[in-house]
Amino acid sequence: MAFESWQAFIEMGGYGFYVWLAFGISFAAIAVLVINGFGARVKLQREFIKQQQRQQRLAQRKKEVS
Amino acid sequence: MWRWLHPYAKPETVYHLLGRWLPWVAGTATLMLAAGMVWGLAFAPADYQQGDSYRIIFVHVPTAMLSMSLYVGLALSALIGRVWQLKMADWALSAIAPVGLTFTFISLVTGAIWGKPMWGTWWEWDARLTSQLILLFLYIGVLALYHAFSDNRSGAKAAGILAMVGVINIPIIRYSVEWWNTLHQGSTLTVFERPPMANSMLVPLLVSILGFSLLAASLIFQRMRNEILRQELRRPWVKQELAELATQQPAMKEQS
Amino acid sequence: MNSASNWQAFRAVMRRDLMVVMRRRSDILNPLLFILMVVSLFPLAVGPGPDILGRIAAGVIWVAALLSALLGSERLFRDDFLDGSLEQLTLLPQPLALLAAAKVVVHWLLSGLPLVILAPLCALLLKLPLQAWPTLVATLVVGTPILSAVTAIGAALTVSLGRGGALLSLLLLPLFIPLLIFASGAVEASLVGTAAWPQVLLLGGLSLLTLLLAPFAVAAAIRVSVN
Repeated sequence: MAFESWQAFIEMGGYGFYVWLAFGISFAAIAVLVINGFGARVKLQREFIKQQQRQQRLAQRKKEVS
Repeated sequence: MWRWLHPYAKPETVYHLLGRWLPWVAGTATLMLAAGMVWGLAFAPADYQQGDSYRIIFVHVPTAMLSMSLYVGLALSALIGRVWQLKMADWALSAIAPVGLTFTFISLVTGAIWGKPMWGTWWEWDARLTSQLILLFLYIGVLALYHAFSDNRSGAKAAGILAMVGVINIPIIRYSVEWWNTLHQGSTLTVFERPPMANSMLVPLLVSILGFSLLAASLIFQRMRNEILRQELRRPWVKQELAELATQQPAMKEQS
Repeated sequence: MNSASNWQAFRAVMRRDLMVVMRRRSDILNPLLFILMVVSLFPLAVGPGPDILGRIAAGVIWVAALLSALLGSERLFRDDFLDGSLEQLTLLPQPLALLAAAKVVVHWLLSGLPLVILAPLCALLLKLPLQAWPTLVATLVVGTPILSAVTAIGAALTVSLGRGGALLSLLLLPLFIPLLIFASGAVEASLVGTAAWPQVLLLGGLSLLTLLLAPFAVAAAIRVSVN
């Protein structure tokens, strides 16, 4: 352990602002990328479901007409 | 060899293969990253010159290394896509580019933040930072060109050509330190020499490099899987796959 | 398809492109006027003191050259793409890279060469010390072919997009940065009295490499765009 207390760990020997800013921005950017990846998948699923529902409606309409 | 490789060029096989690997790779990446970060932030000793500010190295160096190798990977998949006309390589290109862009961005920002306490300025026009900025522009160019085409296939081809042209810039980036020789310190890690770094700092750095590499791999796998689904949306196996997922999440059905 | 017919095709493409441009001379003149305008704006913006102007002169001239190359890039392939003659070129038995090289040469003759001739005037306007003039002209002679070749790659990539302007500069300007650095580095070196030839030679090497490889990239890009 390089630090004696939590306080010292947060302060980082006076460089706390820079170190935590760097780590914060880095992991925020990675989080954005991960969430974006999951979001794309959810979007694909939603589109698929919508498409399916549309097809079902079309099929029903066809049945009603005939 | 081609007979053995051929089934792996099928989107469905690749999709499932990546799906099988993804949890393992992502899990190991999380573990390694957590270990590397905690080790680097809390347990590695402070640098005798730079104090605790050097701890930024544990994100800066891995992302900077990966930003360049991911660009090479981008150009390689573009080359494979061109030579063997593999759709899969085109999709890999579109999966790698955003990951590489993010890593380049991270390495630039952490470099700038590190520069403030060390050099007294947020931005220094030195060789390394500048070439990293050029790399960022190159990534942006590739992505912008890819998205400018309404047809994904020509988009990937055009972006691939640009990536191959841009990869000529990688050696300039690599050797820019020797060429311009300004205030940035030399490369921290070299393959042939033993780096002048204490083991107590080097080992956590290597752990985080490995962690970030696995993270990059899992992000690419995730995006590649999405891309395969998007491109093959009309195929029966994709419909089956998505239908299965939809039944697993009934809440989503009500939403839409 | 012997080598003579390759050469003939090369010359035919060059002659045709030159003829097309000669019918609209303003296309040649406008980029040059643009450079003169940009160059003459700088003294107004940063003040006419010779010490400042002399130091930034090479950089200003080179940035103006980059921008004017981008400005003139549309005419490389746009008209040929719209009237279908680009597609005809891809169907010729001669290698497309060779024909692309012809187009690059024409582009250089019409934008790079006038720039070299114009350079002393710009240097005069910007009060560049006389000792740096030969270096400036040398960097322009060696560097502008890179400009034409790389611009051709970008123009071929974006020709089918219609609204290529901003995108094109996004793609190309990063690729020009090493060129800019070495060229202004060479002029800087001759300003402080050290040898400028290493940078000029380096630029020459880059130029040869680019001229060797770029036609193939242009050809590949044309094929992507035409499809």
